[in-house]
Amino acid sequence: MLIALLADIHANRQAFEACLAQARDFGAQRYALLGDFVGYGADPDWVVTTAMELVDKGAFAVLGNHDSAIGNPREQMNIEAKIAIEWTRGELGTEQRRFLAGLPLRINDGDRLYVHSDASNPASWHYVTSTVEASRSLAFDPALITFCGHVHRPAIYSMSPTAKMTAFTPITGVAVPLLQGRRWLAVLGSVGQPRDGNPAAAFAMFDTDKREMTYCRVPYDVEQAVAAIRKKGLPRWLADRLLVGQ
Amino acid sequence: MAKPLHEPGVILDGFRLEEVAHQGGMAAVWRVTRQGMTTPILMKVPRIDEGTDPAAIVSFEMEQMIMPRLTGPHVPKCFAVGDFARQPYIVLERIPGKTLYPRLPELPLPYDEVADIGVKVAQALDDIHRQHVVHLDVKPSNIMFRPSGEAVLLDFGLSHHDQLPDLMQEEFRVPFGTAPYMSPEQLRGIRNDPRSDLFALGVLLYFFSTGVRPFGESETMRGMRRRLWRDPVPPRRIRPDYPPWLQEIVLRCLEIETGYRYPTAAQLAFDLTHRDEVKLTARSERLKRDPFTTVLRRRFNKELTRPPDRSVLAAQLSSSPIIAVAIDLTEGSKATNDALRITAGRILATLPEARLACVNVLKQGRITIDFTLDEHGHNKQIDRLVALKHWAAPIRLDEHRLTAHVLEGVDPAACILDFAQANSIDHILIGARQNSLLRKLLGSVSAKVAAEAQCTVTVVRPHPDSDAERPAADEVIGRAPTD
Repeated sequence: MLIALLADIHANRQAFEACLAQARDFGAQRYALLGDFVGYGADPDWVVTTAMELVDKGAFAVLGNHDSAIGNPREQMNIEAKIAIEWTRGELGTEQRRFLAGLPLRINDGDRLYVHSDASNPASWHYVTSTVEASRSLAFDPALITFCGHVHRPAIYSMSPTAKMTAFTPITGVAVPLLQGRRWLAVLGSVGQPRDGNPAAAFAMFDTDKREMTYCRVPYDVEQAVAAIRKKGLPRWLADRLLVGQ
Repeated sequence: MAKPLHEPGVILDGFRLEEVAHQGGMAAVWRVTRQGMTTPILMKVPRIDEGTDPAAIVSFEMEQMIMPRLTGPHVPKCFAVGDFARQPYIVLERIPGKTLYPRLPELPLPYDEVADIGVKVAQALDDIHRQHVVHLDVKPSNIMFRPSGEAVLLDFGLSHHDQLPDLMQEEFRVPFGTAPYMSPEQLRGIRNDPRSDLFALGVLLYFFSTGVRPFGESETMRGMRRRLWRDPVPPRRIRPDYPPWLQEIVLRCLEIETGYRYPTAAQLAFDLTHRDEVKLTARSERLKRDPFTTVLRRRFNKELTRPPDRSVLAAQLSSSPIIAVAIDLTEGSKATNDALRITAGRILATLPEARLACVNVLKQGRITIDFTLDEHGHNKQIDRLVALKHWAAPIRLDEHRLTAHVLEGVDPAACILDFAQANSIDHILIGARQNSLLRKLLGSVSAKVAAEAQCTVTVVRPHPDSDAERPAADEVIGRAPTD
């Protein structure tokens, strides 16, 4: 089975559409949406509605910190994110807000775990950016493969049977075999706000039969996404950073 | 107690275990068969029991990742991989014959035979480097030859794949390899430089041609580390009749700093093939090792211990192509040859590690008997070599970056294509024939080369306003590079 994994969409309709189209072309049979549907971007309502439709058809979706902040003003955030979230609250319909509020922090699917951030304490929204953090996250849940987002930069960590950790930055389009016998944590790039210097939207495909993970990059209409953010009067940097992928 | 999983007759995923072919410290190798399969195959099964060296398991995992991704004649074909969740194994093509290891009692071998082995191994290394893999354990027992002659590299358990997680690097952070063959940078934990394999091949060539290992057999870290600053005894010191071209090549492979070695395996294979064309430097004459001051400078040079850059492999290959330029030396080709020189000069100026092979075809008659001397008694081969060097002179290349070759054959395009194939040429530059009458009579060499070459081909035309004869309108296909 081919699973399309999408994380950190951040209300970027153009990027989300482009990734979904690409995943469909690759023959995705299941979708896993790893949180942060809203925040930063100009089309939260469309993005959440699309996610709801996918979930109706069997997709998995977990909660991200920005999604949580919609109904929970106490979530800690930087000032730009806060402004975007306050604006987003007014944009979302009741059903969309209810959908976000009902998302689970984590979902186990066979030997796989979907979660937005560090799985050891998902509601604290810790980033996984090193082998130490990856090892803490892997220690918490027995799943063989953990998929998460939150960092906006792709990475693959593994833990050997003797608890030795490895880290690797995946190369776009090259399938990485997630060998049996060790446990893996795959951090997704961001669909709607990449921060690894490459403005193209990021997602990944996982082939459950071959146990191969392929990171994908999709060019999309960044200018349109930027124009939409500016038009809504959101902080200028939220638009500008999309152009440079930072 | 459970029945042992591995005994003759056991069937594992359709493969029937026949007999143990080799029992190693890290893995057992079984001869296996499968119904409907005629290719001889082997199954490699790692030893996993209490006290197994964790490195053995990780190295097996690396092979499981790398082997299914490698193709071509220079590796055993991989048929199946069993995972660690159930029963780890790899099923590989069985290469008939023996490795180079049993030949050690015969050393030293004749120089030409050593160089012939070197060519084949360098070609194999070039092939795997282009597939993103650095072998990191090149040694006699990991080299076999197919009946058709190609070298086959075995055992990728210590290898590095430039596009996959390097489990060895991350988990152990200490050097793995075979002590006598390990490069200085490998000792420092660098695993992504293809020139490490050229160093190991240099050790092998030195050993096979002199009978002596250049860095001894010491396996202590202290003993191995000496090669970070101490260069080997020049082979001529051991065998006074050692050919200068071979010493030049071997010592260049064994340079301590990677920047002084051959930039790619293809360039090494090129020199080993064209022995008369090897540019001899002071290296080829040396009888003594580097002076003590040089050794001390290396010993305390911080530059040699800086961390490696990411993706040395890909960058190294793409910045060091071998470019072949086909030069027509007949009358009326001046404008085209000038245009070729400009194009070649542009490429070589941007890539300081690229090299240029100037090629000319001495056309043979299909029926007539050809003489090597022309009507005035000149040797045609030598005349043309001189002309080729003359053509290249204005580019002002270092001599070691330039070679000239006169090929002989009936079909010029076929000669150029064969040369490109045999020498792993990355890019061919060729002029389009301008004279429309000749072109109609003889067909276009450049069109055939462009259509059939396996590498990039750029077809070069002089500017139409240059002093050359203008081509007829129907012959201008476009001036853009063709590939």
